[in-house]
Amino acid sequence: MLSSELQTKSLELTHLDRLEAESIHIMREVMADAAKPVMLYSVGKDSAVMLHLARKAFYPSPPPFPLLHVDTTWKFQAMYELRDRMARESGMELLVYQNPEAKERGINPFDHGPLHTDMWKTEGLKQALDLHGFDVAFGGARRDEEKSRAKERIFSFRTATHGWDPKKQRPELWNLYNARKAKGESIRVFPISNWTELDIWQYIARENIPIVPLYFAAPRPTVERDGLLLMVDDDRFPLLPGETPVERSVRFRTLGCYPLTGAVESEASTLSEVIQEMLLTTTSERQGRIIDKDGGDASMEKKKQEGYF
Amino acid sequence: MTDPVYVTDALIAEDIDAYLEQHQQKSLLRFITCGSVDDGKSTLIGRLLYDSKMIFEDQLAALEADSKRVGTQGQEIDFALLVDGLAAEREQGITIDVAYRFFTTEKRKFIVADTPGHEQYTRNMVTGASTADLAVILIDARKGVLTQTRRHSFLAHLIGIKHIVLAVNKMDLVGYDKSVFDRITLAYRAFASEIGITNFTAIPISGFKGDNITALSDNTPWFKGPALIEHLENVEIGAAADEAKPFRLPVQWVNRPNLDFRGFSGQLASGKVRPGDAVRILPSGKTTTVDRIVTLDGDLGEAVAGQSVTLTLADEVDCSRGDVIAAADAPPEAADQFEATLVWMADEAMIAGRAYWLKLATQSVSATIQQPKYEINVNTLDHLAAKTLDLNGIGVVELSTDKPIVFEAYGDNRTSPNKVMGGFILIDKLTNATVAAGMLHFSLRRAQNVHWQATDIDRDMRANLKNQRPALLWFTGLSGSGKSTIANLVEKKLHRMNRHSFLLDGDNVRHGLNRDLGFTEADRIENIRRVGEVAKLMSDAGLIVITAFISPFRVEREMVRGMLPEGEFIEVFIDTPLAEAEKRDVKGLYKKARAGQLKNFTGIDSPYEAPESPEIRIDTTAMTPEEAADLIIDRLLG
Repeated sequence: MLSSELQTKSLELTHLDRLEAESIHIMREVMADAAKPVMLYSVGKDSAVMLHLARKAFYPSPPPFPLLHVDTTWKFQAMYELRDRMARESGMELLVYQNPEAKERGINPFDHGPLHTDMWKTEGLKQALDLHGFDVAFGGARRDEEKSRAKERIFSFRTATHGWDPKKQRPELWNLYNARKAKGESIRVFPISNWTELDIWQYIARENIPIVPLYFAAPRPTVERDGLLLMVDDDRFPLLPGETPVERSVRFRTLGCYPLTGAVESEASTLSEVIQEMLLTTTSERQGRIIDKDGGDASMEKKKQEGYF
Repeated sequence: MTDPVYVTDALIAEDIDAYLEQHQQKSLLRFITCGSVDDGKSTLIGRLLYDSKMIFEDQLAALEADSKRVGTQGQEIDFALLVDGLAAEREQGITIDVAYRFFTTEKRKFIVADTPGHEQYTRNMVTGASTADLAVILIDARKGVLTQTRRHSFLAHLIGIKHIVLAVNKMDLVGYDKSVFDRITLAYRAFASEIGITNFTAIPISGFKGDNITALSDNTPWFKGPALIEHLENVEIGAAADEAKPFRLPVQWVNRPNLDFRGFSGQLASGKVRPGDAVRILPSGKTTTVDRIVTLDGDLGEAVAGQSVTLTLADEVDCSRGDVIAAADAPPEAADQFEATLVWMADEAMIAGRAYWLKLATQSVSATIQQPKYEINVNTLDHLAAKTLDLNGIGVVELSTDKPIVFEAYGDNRTSPNKVMGGFILIDKLTNATVAAGMLHFSLRRAQNVHWQATDIDRDMRANLKNQRPALLWFTGLSGSGKSTIANLVEKKLHRMNRHSFLLDGDNVRHGLNRDLGFTEADRIENIRRVGEVAKLMSDAGLIVITAFISPFRVEREMVRGMLPEGEFIEVFIDTPLAEAEKRDVKGLYKKARAGQLKNFTGIDSPYEAPESPEIRIDTTAMTPEEAADLIIDRLLG
């Protein structure tokens, strides 16, 4: 190839270039010390960006670890579709784990409240990591999401029982990460720690990254309950007396279990419009999530100590 | 509020694509805020987030409720509550760890490290400063330059931060008095020049009221600017300086998807690289040229400092993780002895002579530290004599690594520091904790001028002549466990079999090579290190080396293991229970120790750390010395 055909970077690196380079550096650094790494893949936009970065980090090799989806059986149908497609396209192995006990007891978000998240997600994640013996798990958490996340390290150490002790974190200097650990201990690594929601959207636009269509507005069957606009994604949704699904033009800012994820009314059906709406909006991203709020003020911090991501 | 320096709502509403196009080109500035407790750091950051509309209505509602409940500002909004994240510290009302915050303006995206002012958390400030391009040093206008101000400025300077902003905060509480501001600026200038900070920008602000944050305030007509944000937006970032330096790429990972492709992945520490450039692989010194710069988006014609890429090389040269690919005509040095500044970050104090893991760029080696040349009192900047460094202690030390590392002097803020090739961390080998951060000054002459002499006859040739494989049989066990007896038998048997061996006995070595060493922890470590080095030379000569030392500490045994080629260190655990060894008491030492006449006696008042998985374990209660020796020889030659 002639060098004139090759791309040259103009002037200084932009903030997206620097974030990208940092995330790739982190992922490659994990490969030096990890015995059995895995990437947690939740199918949301952050996961989509993380997966894309992993493909860049190891190209032309496929990322040298599998994807793990800790499933609750209550995700949106559209998420399952994209999950399977992305696994195929990336050439990575996809592991899906569903907590057998939660399955047997029929744990669901309608009848069991916080127990649903605890059993399917927190317990399910621990079980899956133990079952496969993964010693490093990549997660797509960002520091700008929530207050206690702002203080978490990029390499976050967990005891053999998956506990997190915010006082016992290792200092992270420069771009040096200490990934050494004792037998039984594991590390959660957050390569997109320093990205903000806006960075994520801008990067999705710049890189043309496939995301779940639910992020874009479309007419969808919804009911309004407890101040949240919920989408009736399948016939497991128990309608209360007097409730009938109403078709509204809605989209989602974050994706989780469909009965726990509030939609926003919107007409934004393209990426630019979504970003536009985000920039002009006045409520935070996690506001549509029930999960942060049970357990009071420090609820996310408590969940993390128990082993939630 | 719609301040022009932040998000331009009109453009977003009218032409989102134009807005996005413009915003993809933003640069990134990382900075830290530091100051004493109650100087208003969290309030300032809360203010920056608030003004840049990074706080949404639901968060604001929660903030207003919190402010009334636990806030310190009466009925007004307490911005500090926005950033004091963890429950524990919200109760105590102080920040106890480094937190990272994000906001963006029309020109730049910012990452802020919020670092605490408490004395015991110097560690956190150094951590936050290590990735920062700029430091905002906060001063309470009512209090002026405090001890902590001096400490934070010194640390910022130590870590090589080029841009210092002196933010004289709480100007509202001194009636926006120019003379207060001038007095503080003058006092700070005197101190700053003492420690080598030649340049700083002083700004009078009120984080609480918002004066001179986004725009110049009417309350300070005497101040001509710039406002804080304006300064942050325009300050020059170190990227250009990094690009101007010679090319270095520490190799992180070798990319081998198939037999036809061999790429070297890493992030450029400095300089630029293009296909066709001549490069040198360090520490081997082999030269070749760059063939391609491979990315998922296609090959690049050039990569610059900060980019993560994968290079392929024109020739098949040896290159793996830890090596550095560098400009052929300006390669960095490799050395194994250095002077460095250390910041100690662990509760457990530094131990001179003990081996720690040292990680620099992608290199991991074993390193031992000498007793500090001096410790620096961060408050007075005096140099003090010190035997060790405690938590938050900063000192200058000499250290040596078990093999040469490729490095550059960390440098200071006059140039821009070589963070990647000059900054390192130390890791405790037992707990795996990060115990220190360090900045290399220079390699010591003795290592610099004593280059490794490549000899024509190598260790394999010497061993082949003796018709044997070299090995080190490292006996460890309590005093009186039977180490010397069994080791002696092993050597006799080897000798009969025409094997060339050498037995290094603990007591004998102390009569000669190690006669200058006593029995303190540091001396015992040095004793083992020297024995390890001698054993290594002998195994290089092709010998089967046998050593018999109590060697009670796992870390030291592992240090010696690390000196030898893989598989040559054979740990022989002579497993005799303490009661049994004490009963035998061949030399009468246990009696003395029990009587208090011998201090630091292993098993009595000093611990013995038994091997976790020794290559050979001998249970002396179950076999005779003769049987034990046969078993060891079987395992060695079998």
